[in-house]
Amino acid sequence: MIWLNIVIQGALVGGFYALFACGLSLMFGVLKVINLAHGDMAVVAGYVAVFLSPRLHIPGLWSFLVVVPLFALLGYVVQRTVIQKSIDRDPFTTLLVTFGLSVVIENLLLEMYSANGQSINIGSLIGESWHPASIIYISYVSLAVLAAAVLVLLALQLFLSKSGIGRLIRAVADDQEAAQLSGANYRHVFGIAAAIAFATVALAGIAYGMMTQFAPTSGGVNLLFAFEVVVIGGIGSLWGTLVGGIALGIAQQFGAHINLSYQILAGNILFLAVLAVRPQGLFGRRSSLA
Amino acid sequence: MSAALLEVESLTVHHGQLCAIDDVSFTQRQGEVLAVVGANGAGKSTLLRTIAGLHRPTSGCVRLDGKDINDLSVSRRVALGISLVPEGRRLFSSMTLEENLQVGAYHANPGPFDIKRVYELFDWMPGRRKQSVWQLSGGEQQAVAIGRALVANPRVLLLDELSLGLAPIIIEKIYALVPEILAQGVSILIVEQDVSQGVSAADRVHCLLEGRTSMTGTPAELTSEEIDRAYFGAGLVAPAVTSGVVE
Ligand SMILES: Nc1ncnc2c1ncn2[C@@H]1O[C@H](COP(=O)(O)OP(=O)(O)OP(=O)(O)O)[C@@H](O)[C@H]1O
Ligand SMILES: [Mg+2]
Repeated sequence: MIWLNIVIQGALVGGFYALFACGLSLMFGVLKVINLAHGDMAVVAGYVAVFLSPRLHIPGLWSFLVVVPLFALLGYVVQRTVIQKSIDRDPFTTLLVTFGLSVVIENLLLEMYSANGQSINIGSLIGESWHPASIIYISYVSLAVLAAAVLVLLALQLFLSKSGIGRLIRAVADDQEAAQLSGANYRHVFGIAAAIAFATVALAGIAYGMMTQFAPTSGGVNLLFAFEVVVIGGIGSLWGTLVGGIALGIAQQFGAHINLSYQILAGNILFLAVLAVRPQGLFGRRSSLA
Repeated sequence: MSAALLEVESLTVHHGQLCAIDDVSFTQRQGEVLAVVGANGAGKSTLLRTIAGLHRPTSGCVRLDGKDINDLSVSRRVALGISLVPEGRRLFSSMTLEENLQVGAYHANPGPFDIKRVYELFDWMPGRRKQSVWQLSGGEQQAVAIGRALVANPRVLLLDELSLGLAPIIIEKIYALVPEILAQGVSILIVEQDVSQGVSAADRVHCLLEGRTSMTGTPAELTSEEIDRAYFGAGLVAPAVTSGVVE
């Protein structure tokens, strides 16, 4: 029963990790940009939700309806301006620029909100859970986040494989020049991919704010987890991201069960083991490494 | 037949310090097949990629219908009717045959070609449209690359070394399409290392040697000796060499 609980709790956290990581994976897979400000974007989304929901009189639970579209727009604009400019210079510049963005965002948030933790108020829902067996408690919020992650990945998968724009995104990811030769304006395609990435990271940030507390510096550690998820699952594979998230969640729960201080260590060990045995990730294609 | 479609004027292109195309000029007329031949590294791909917009010229210009297109992006040029089938095919490797064609058709110009028409041109395709492109043979991949460019309905189709790595019989089949494509009003600019291939399909031949124009004319005007000299450079031509097949 204890083991079952570890798996269940791990999977619940893993849903969040997958939701959080899929934008990172998309940005890397399509734009070849490693967005070091990815974690901070999630935190910003949390703050924006906290800021907007009382002012627009929307309950915290539904704040994503406003924040997610807002971030999609922001993603497109940031891509077409700051990130594209740095891509045009050279790949290394994008690392510097996103790192710079990360530092600026953290400091701005510290300046505006102090280092105190905040969370998105969802009322009594936060404490409620389903209790199917003696020691197993399944938090409704976590379950909803896992469901959201699965839905988002499913929708994204459908979009990428069935829609014309989705195919263009994959084409640009496969071979940017060949996609241009097929008439694709790759900057616009990059913008759309960034919009999707920002939208998903906003959703993840809000989910995080509902499940626990966030502070201006929460982005960093979550970014580390997102990297681990992407590497474990395999770059460019959406289902890999889900499996990677759940695998990381379970590994962490397992570590925590042995000793609370082993939680993150266990995740890191899984990450290193996958890197050593299957560097392309569980679902990655070997060729996509080249 | 005689209107100038694509004009390249005093084009010079550098890769860093290296001058890959040096003051090259030519005109391609509507409905014409122009072959640019040249040895390894002569600058053929650089020329086509510059016309398609993937490289910026150092000087000179490319015109379509008399309009300077130097400042246009690759995708804008596709919209104006310039499509390149790149060297090495460059298919979208995570996609199926049909998806590759769908990407090409997404921003297509109106015209005679669509996916259905490509499936008629290559009758083996419909049965294998769901296959990943890496499961196809080299010749089949080349056909998909041509189809992907055709569905955009170009006015001029740039073909970079179609024959690379293919068996002679496959090459012959692919070149057999040229008249059909021409019949739809598409002009064709072929780049080949294999002189005999380029010359036999072309109305006019333009030979490049180390980035410069070394000869130009119609296949009828040119003797194979002249072509060899233009291809390899003076003094390098062994009398016995008659065909330009060098690897
Ligand atoms: N991206 C690049 N960067 C630097 N140098 C390049 C690049 N592309 C081509 N070159 C150089 O430019 C010259 C012309 O190359 P190009 O590929 O245009 O020749 P080619 O005639 O197409 O040769 P091949 O028959 O081998 O395809 C060569 O010396 C090549 O090494
Ligand atoms: Mg070449």
